[in-house]
Amino acid sequence: MTWAVTQALLSHWRRHRLQLATLLIGIALATGLWSAVQAINAEARASYQRASDQLALGRYDELRDPSGPIPLARYVALRRAGWQVAAVLEGSLQVGDRRVQVLGVDMVTYPALPAVTQVEQSDTPPDPADMLTAPGRLLAAPDLAQTLGVRSDFPPILPSDALPSDLILTDIGVAETLLNQPGQISRLIVLPDQPMGIPPLSEIAPDLERINASTRLDTTQLTDSFHLNLTAFGLLSFAVGLFIVHGTVGLAFAQRRGMIRTLRALGVSMRRLVWMITAELTLLALIGGALGLILGFFLAGALLPDVAATLRGLYGAPVDGQMRLQPEWVVAGLAIALAGTLLASGHALHRLSRMPLLSGAGLQAWRGAASGRRATALIGLALIAGGFVTAYAFEGLVAGFAMVAGILTGAALVLPALLSFALSLLQRGARGPVTQWVWADMRAQLPGLSLALMALLLALAANIGVGTMVSSFRLTFTGWLDQRLTSELYVTAADDQQGQQIAQWLDPQVDAVLPIRSIELAHLSGPLFLYGIVDHQSYRQNWPLIASSDEVWDRVLAGEAVLINEQLARRSNLWPGDDLTLKPDQTLTIAGVYSDYGNPTGQAIVSMAQLDRIAPGADTRRFGIRLAPERATEMAQALRDQFDLPRQAVVQQASMKAQSLAIFDKTFVVTSALNILTLGVAGFAILTSLLTLWTQRLPQIAPVWALGLTRAQLARIELLRSVLLAALTAVLALPLGLVLAWALLAVINVQAFGWRLPMYLFPEDWAYLFALTLLAAFIAAALPALRLLCLPPADLLKVFAYER
Amino acid sequence: MNVKALLFGLLFLLPAPMWAQGYAGLGGSADGFDIPKQGYQFQFPRDHGPHPSFRIEWWYLTANLIGEDGRDYGVQWTLFRSALKPTQTDGWQSPQLWMGHAAVTTPDAHYLAERLSRGGIGQAGVTAAPYEAWIDEWHMRGPDPDTLTLTASGEEFHYDLSLTALGPLVFHGDAGYSVKSADGQASHYYSQPFYDVEGVLYLPDGDVAVTGQGWLDREWSSQPLAEDQSGWDWFSLSFDDGDKLMAFRLRGGRGDFTAATWISADGTATPLPDGSASFIPLETARVEGRDVPVTWQVTLPDYDLDVEVTALTPKAWMATRFEYWEGPVKVSGNRSGRGYLEMTGY
Repeated sequence: MTWAVTQALLSHWRRHRLQLATLLIGIALATGLWSAVQAINAEARASYQRASDQLALGRYDELRDPSGPIPLARYVALRRAGWQVAAVLEGSLQVGDRRVQVLGVDMVTYPALPAVTQVEQSDTPPDPADMLTAPGRLLAAPDLAQTLGVRSDFPPILPSDALPSDLILTDIGVAETLLNQPGQISRLIVLPDQPMGIPPLSEIAPDLERINASTRLDTTQLTDSFHLNLTAFGLLSFAVGLFIVHGTVGLAFAQRRGMIRTLRALGVSMRRLVWMITAELTLLALIGGALGLILGFFLAGALLPDVAATLRGLYGAPVDGQMRLQPEWVVAGLAIALAGTLLASGHALHRLSRMPLLSGAGLQAWRGAASGRRATALIGLALIAGGFVTAYAFEGLVAGFAMVAGILTGAALVLPALLSFALSLLQRGARGPVTQWVWADMRAQLPGLSLALMALLLALAANIGVGTMVSSFRLTFTGWLDQRLTSELYVTAADDQQGQQIAQWLDPQVDAVLPIRSIELAHLSGPLFLYGIVDHQSYRQNWPLIASSDEVWDRVLAGEAVLINEQLARRSNLWPGDDLTLKPDQTLTIAGVYSDYGNPTGQAIVSMAQLDRIAPGADTRRFGIRLAPERATEMAQALRDQFDLPRQAVVQQASMKAQSLAIFDKTFVVTSALNILTLGVAGFAILTSLLTLWTQRLPQIAPVWALGLTRAQLARIELLRSVLLAALTAVLALPLGLVLAWALLAVINVQAFGWRLPMYLFPEDWAYLFALTLLAAFIAAALPALRLLCLPPADLLKVFAYER
Repeated sequence: MNVKALLFGLLFLLPAPMWAQGYAGLGGSADGFDIPKQGYQFQFPRDHGPHPSFRIEWWYLTANLIGEDGRDYGVQWTLFRSALKPTQTDGWQSPQLWMGHAAVTTPDAHYLAERLSRGGIGQAGVTAAPYEAWIDEWHMRGPDPDTLTLTASGEEFHYDLSLTALGPLVFHGDAGYSVKSADGQASHYYSQPFYDVEGVLYLPDGDVAVTGQGWLDREWSSQPLAEDQSGWDWFSLSFDDGDKLMAFRLRGGRGDFTAATWISADGTATPLPDGSASFIPLETARVEGRDVPVTWQVTLPDYDLDVEVTALTPKAWMATRFEYWEGPVKVSGNRSGRGYLEMTGY
């Protein structure tokens, strides 16, 4: 019996191979997009974890000097007072076109790091004498080791795969030379075992600040917002994929009603049928899920390098561009495929189980009633309202996403009612029976198409919203770069002494030499970089202030006030007129807030004199140089020759801008890729819905055909219907997309990155998208229309003989 | 890291396994280090200070103390110097490395701590005059080695002691040239075994005022043990009548190598050649997963000595990066007294 029923059920798929393919593709797309995002997130997080394990980050309390590096003598003094601390010197180094971090630790007192242990347990362990004395050894990931290997001025390199990809680990003595910071220490880690009776820090080193391991801002926290963004996108793609599944399963069930009726009449119990169909769906879900996982794996592999570049660029988070297949990910992917399929089919299955034994195969029995539409629309309105309320009532990124989700879902639910309303208006204005029939027929078709149209709405809105955000961001960013990068040349000296020489040498030759000096302070909201500036028109005219008080520059330059970046302003809710405490005894009034994109940390600007008071130790190695733009190239070369500076130590404004924009564009590669995929999936959803409706459509078309409309006319109407519905949806998607763009710019960005962006409108993009939508709808309707055109009249006649 | 293990391996002149993997060439006198020479003329205060051209060196102080509570205590304070190269430079990359070990042993417990440092930055070192040996906050300091203050601390202990030398320096072997194997490996070795000690131990159970006797060993060399030698048993014993004995046995596959110095109460030292002393383990104890002899029969027929040496507690295991046993002992038999025992390679 079971076998017979199985055969009967499977015979459906044998006869409807396209439908089977559609269903599997739907499941695979939903699973694939979702799993790809999960894989990317998991891989990035695993990278942070590896890095933090590899470098023992966040495990120990640290001592830092807010005013700059810690001198070696301070370390010795702490040690001689009994404090068990280990010294670390960090910095970055330009190697070819790569910027790498150098982590120099005192190999003798620092806790053993995995990379060191690994190298020492290898078949050819290095001689400790080589590690600890000049020239020393560098440890680096194999690919970086290769890059470094060509530099003859570097110590020998030991490859280790227990290190993040952009990091050189070495002894502190080697790091001093490499970074040219002799006698300097970036931070001290406090070792876990301290002896009895050591004096408190305030007695022996009051200028050092102890930073608790748990309160430090770590990579995971920084990048959480980025991952939430990706997850939201993955979820959107998943939802759109499920629309396809829903449509296809609905169609399959509708087409099998006759068979099911027959099976039940033959004595198969409803319970058995429901179980067997569930089993069938499970099998399909697993097959589709498996396909989706393959898709997802390759998609993630293709997108990961860009994501890694983004995370490194935005947050300095160490992420490898390598995908690794993890078993948990496979299990989770199959589970989500199964859950999604059952969720999307639940409704159909439920209706099937309630179907009266003798009920006919008519369309209306399958459809929701018109009254359901009003209820759906009301729920939609409530969701939209709920979304706005959530955003206003709660803070945080999750609330922001809740708002976006509420608005999007709500709008999707309201869509059928709106479309129906629009069609009834059109119907009222219609003249002639055919036109009236067309409108009435479209309204009648609406429930069957509404899910696909909802998917289209969401995809379009997401496209418009995200596109607007990215383009607005890019426009703002470009303008901001112009404001921020005012100097024609930027030069970095090897040390303070050379810095001084460079400044003296340049002074008579150029319009201005603007020192760029900064130190890192610890603020309640996280690390805070304090910059000092000298009085120059470059700042007064160009600096991108988004909020300011009177005489802002005069007050800042007189040492009375401070400027802060938008991130700090929003995170700590500090605005002009408020006070900012830089050190326990140093509080300044905030005179203005400036925009500062692409930087996750807080920043503040004071006058150079003020910076010297707060942090006398800040080094003077970087300068912005103002001169006539046409002299920039020549001057850059002159500087390199005069001071024997490496190429990357003198950078021209233009190449700096190009670099920044390149990083920016990479940041949104993933977003646009997911965006396009979502739109593709929505187009596919329309196709499946139209195909679903196709079989149910004959009984409606047959009478019209019998009344005299030709099949060609009917096919044209078919195309028109699809394109028109898509057009209506696209028109409705525009305001929704703009609301979404606003939400992304004004709510999500503020929460995720700490900056609010002005919104710009890009009508050409919309026109392009609109055309694309119509094209998609046209292609989706082309297949059913073509079928109609080629339909043998006999089939239409059969309707009158067999149906109902 | 392994650097630390190697450091210790060097210090104890042990053929650690890693040497077989790539440091085998270290045997002998190569690598530019000086090697001890017979007939070397010690010069003080210079020789109280470090000898960077030798591979290894130590300032090794042990003390047998009695607390105001009547209980026995032992104190160890050691500073090791280990050179990766026979040079001295300033800064992190100095090839001179330093390591400190400190311990307090009570009849039922053993507290220890370990410190490591580079040589070129001032975190650890030794100056001859005024005399100071230090690593982190630990120090052994005075105008000269005759009058010293000594302090060290760990997570669970701290001590402050003052030491006064009541006798002369004692030179082992041939006027301070101490042979360590039949192949001729040797070190420069002298001691100050006549310290009178007083001070306070700060322990988890409370502070204890203590008095007793201390013994400082100074030794430097460049050569590891002979290839077949796997460890040593070293005794410094102070008898109740004022005489003292330093004796050691180097255990080797080709037979043991022993040496001893008999120190009479007035400081007259008599070196005793290989085979003069015999050491028989009478009883072992399981300590930290190893069987360690904690009761010994030590005989020295030339001086009619036949004594049993027993550990105050078997727990005196130094669970440092390179582990060994170092603790106070009691002497009974035809002479009685106290002393210190060090056992490596178990």
